[in-house]
Amino acid sequence: VVDQQYLFEARQMQALSLAVHIPLVCFGIAFPVLVLFAEWRYLRTGDPLYRTLARRWSKIMLALFAVGVVTGTILSFELGLLWPVWIQDFGNVFGLGFTLEGFSFFVEAIFIGIYVYGWDRLRPRTHFLSGLPIALAGITGSLFVISVNAWMNHPTGFRLSGGRAVDAHPWSALFANPFFWSEYVHMYFAAYIVCGFLMAGAYAWAILRGRRGRYERTALGISLSAAAVAAPLQVVVGDWAARDVAQAQPVKLAALEGLATTTRGAAEHLLGWYNGHAVVYGIDIPRLLSLLAFHNPNATVRGLSIVPLADQPPVNVVRFAFQAMVGIGTLLALLGLVYLFLRLRRGRLPTARWFCWAVVLAGPLSVVALISGWITTEVGRQPWIVYEVMRVDAAVTGARFIPFGYGALWLVYIGLGGAVFWLLRRFSRVPLEDDDAG
Amino acid sequence: MTMLADVPMVFILVGIAAYTVLSGADFGAGLWTLVPGGGSGLQASVAATRDHTRHAIGPVWEANHVWLIFVLTVAWTCYPGAFGSIVSTLAIPLLIAAIGIIFRGTAYALRSQFARDEEHGVRLVEYLFALSSVLTPFALATVIGAIATGRVPVGNARGDLVTSWLNPVSVLAGVLAVAFSGYLAAVYLAADAQRLTERALVHDFRIRALASGVVAGALALAGLLVIRVSARPLWDGLTSGLGLVLVIVSALAGVVTMVLVFAGRFGPARASAALAVAAVIAGWAAAQSPFVLPGLTVAEAAAGRSTLIATIIGVAVGAVVLVPSLAVLYSLVLRGRLDTVEIAGAGSGGVPRAVGRRSPRISLAAGFAVVTLVAGVALLVFAEPAWANGLGAVALIACAVTVFTLASRPAAELAGRLSRRPRGSGRGGEPSLRLRGDWCAENGVDSGFWVTFVHHSPPNPPGSPDPPS
Repeated sequence: VVDQQYLFEARQMQALSLAVHIPLVCFGIAFPVLVLFAEWRYLRTGDPLYRTLARRWSKIMLALFAVGVVTGTILSFELGLLWPVWIQDFGNVFGLGFTLEGFSFFVEAIFIGIYVYGWDRLRPRTHFLSGLPIALAGITGSLFVISVNAWMNHPTGFRLSGGRAVDAHPWSALFANPFFWSEYVHMYFAAYIVCGFLMAGAYAWAILRGRRGRYERTALGISLSAAAVAAPLQVVVGDWAARDVAQAQPVKLAALEGLATTTRGAAEHLLGWYNGHAVVYGIDIPRLLSLLAFHNPNATVRGLSIVPLADQPPVNVVRFAFQAMVGIGTLLALLGLVYLFLRLRRGRLPTARWFCWAVVLAGPLSVVALISGWITTEVGRQPWIVYEVMRVDAAVTGARFIPFGYGALWLVYIGLGGAVFWLLRRFSRVPLEDDDAG
Repeated sequence: MTMLADVPMVFILVGIAAYTVLSGADFGAGLWTLVPGGGSGLQASVAATRDHTRHAIGPVWEANHVWLIFVLTVAWTCYPGAFGSIVSTLAIPLLIAAIGIIFRGTAYALRSQFARDEEHGVRLVEYLFALSSVLTPFALATVIGAIATGRVPVGNARGDLVTSWLNPVSVLAGVLAVAFSGYLAAVYLAADAQRLTERALVHDFRIRALASGVVAGALALAGLLVIRVSARPLWDGLTSGLGLVLVIVSALAGVVTMVLVFAGRFGPARASAALAVAAVIAGWAAAQSPFVLPGLTVAEAAAGRSTLIATIIGVAVGAVVLVPSLAVLYSLVLRGRLDTVEIAGAGSGGVPRAVGRRSPRISLAAGFAVVTLVAGVALLVFAEPAWANGLGAVALIACAVTVFTLASRPAAELAGRLSRRPRGSGRGGEPSLRLRGDWCAENGVDSGFWVTFVHHSPPNPPGSPDPPS
């Protein structure tokens, strides 16, 4: 058995790498669609503003993709470096998902090169078409990766023999998994929320600083529209995902809600603290949990005590992450509805100071919600790496390099974060005229 | 079964070879930015050399990099036990390679943002780039050296964490990989310079290709001696049967490349240089066959039948997408269509006509959005079966797309359609998509809004200078 200290650091290292990579994935999914939308508007209207917009965005897209490529590579290294036993025993079931993701990644990398270097060199329509595979690969790439995560949370499609998987049926394990689709759609909407609000935040900031040109306003309109549409709908998708968790992972649901014992007509607790037996100092709403999880105010919700303490996730971490996600998500949904109301019913782009400040804040908050969501599902899965089949401490590497690696990764990622911040600031200061040529 | 078990290994070897000859050259380009010349018989300026390498690898490096991901994923799917043993014992060089890869991506993202004259920033990024170009090929090749010399036993981190990859053969493999990278890069960059008719650059990279070719060849010969002394089984594999054939192929291709480079025929030299390097990979595989790790054959290491078949199908389907895509990319690159020198006739020549087309019926779209919203919520929240939930998700996505296209169009179009207080430009008739006309109307700025919510002056019209912040 491996030193638990190493296990802790291995988990932190994995969590750090995921937290760095996942926001970039959001840009991989949503950004190409917004860039192509701007270019499509240019092709339809001939308005050079949209071309300038698409061009400038495509440069940011390429830079963020480059960073995403390397942080994603780190993740694929780490899956083997940190959890070799997991791959050894179960790679035959889930590995296919990553192989297929590799092809999506290929397509994305190939066409992003053609698209970004092809401005002025390909005919406009050809150029637009060369961007479509990027958007498609953004969809399929995240689909394949999340199929693996869904399998870890709801493992099927194999038989266990001597602790390892035999008789694997990878296709059905990954894609006929009922747990998969809600998780995927939830992430897909999250990508638009994060990408949209972060971009909108940058333009709202520009407007607050007095740069209220047509360029900033158009960019704000497109990016904010994407986020504002996705945020309210995410509430519905999230409800779907939560009910899938309630069915497949009762212990995770109990941890989300801090429910110690199996209860009929369970109450929902907002805020508060789980003291090992119950949520204290929280606001109780009677029967709401049963209603939300099973659509029946009298439904029985299973509690944490259905499994031994050693098989329970750390309740407060999971619960706080979940409440942060839901709380921020609700605020973002409201902001989205306000925007859509003003935009569609009143026919204008709101740029009042309070609204711009709200949008500026919404960007980082959406990232917090995104990471909280992943903490909810991944820490809520503990102590299992393959849910109720293999424990995380059985999967970890025996190599004693982890503290060193963890430290090195922090340093590298701090440098990377600084570089990306500098880069984006720099992009924002390139005069518009520089992109009008050609 | 044996045949089936071998197929993914062929994929892996093809992937390693592709990664070496494609991404290896990208790493080598970084190496040449470290020694960009500007003296000692070289003709092109430092800045021109840097720009050339950057432009040459810009459109392709990400695609080339993905071969590594391909190799990793096929390996852990089809040979999970061997993969787990390799990565746990060789954790340190893999971590070094990973950090080198981060440096490289960061450097590439940053570099495009520095102007030529910002010496300080440019130099910092160049060093980062060059450092990654040494670290990554070196570290990855030590991994191959460790596997080839049988220093990775089966099991979780069972081998020595240090001497498994810091030993004469591994270090030599690392140095050789760096030399090969520089050599490939010099040949490719000479070919690219020839296409761009940059005489000085052609001259420089020709010299570099010849010099690094001699170095790489000498290192390869020295390597054979080291292998003979310290890794006898590998030596035996390389000097008999298929291994020997491939070593000879590699040597011949290397010599042919030198002749072609000397003669200035860089196009064919590109191919023969790649062959020389790829043959080394194939020779290593042949020498080690049928063992992956000591005592573990390919057939024993392979995952179950259904996993192998699924992967083979997955790769075959992926190849149908990948091969044409790569063909498009490389043909555009090799024909110079993605070069920074502008090609006449493309680009501005084909700007579409700015005709005010009829916009789609906005109220119809709004109705569709409401219907899909109601259907989506109903199917997701109140329906039980999985297919109904899936349909609900599709309906919600349709709703999202519709509302997005409505909300993101210029406000002027919406005015008079969904708005309670219709405004001038949009009222009556189909609104035009053209973004001309009254600035306030087209941006949907409502002066009443400003008076109500913001107690300062209305926005500047376009063209006026930005107010001081």
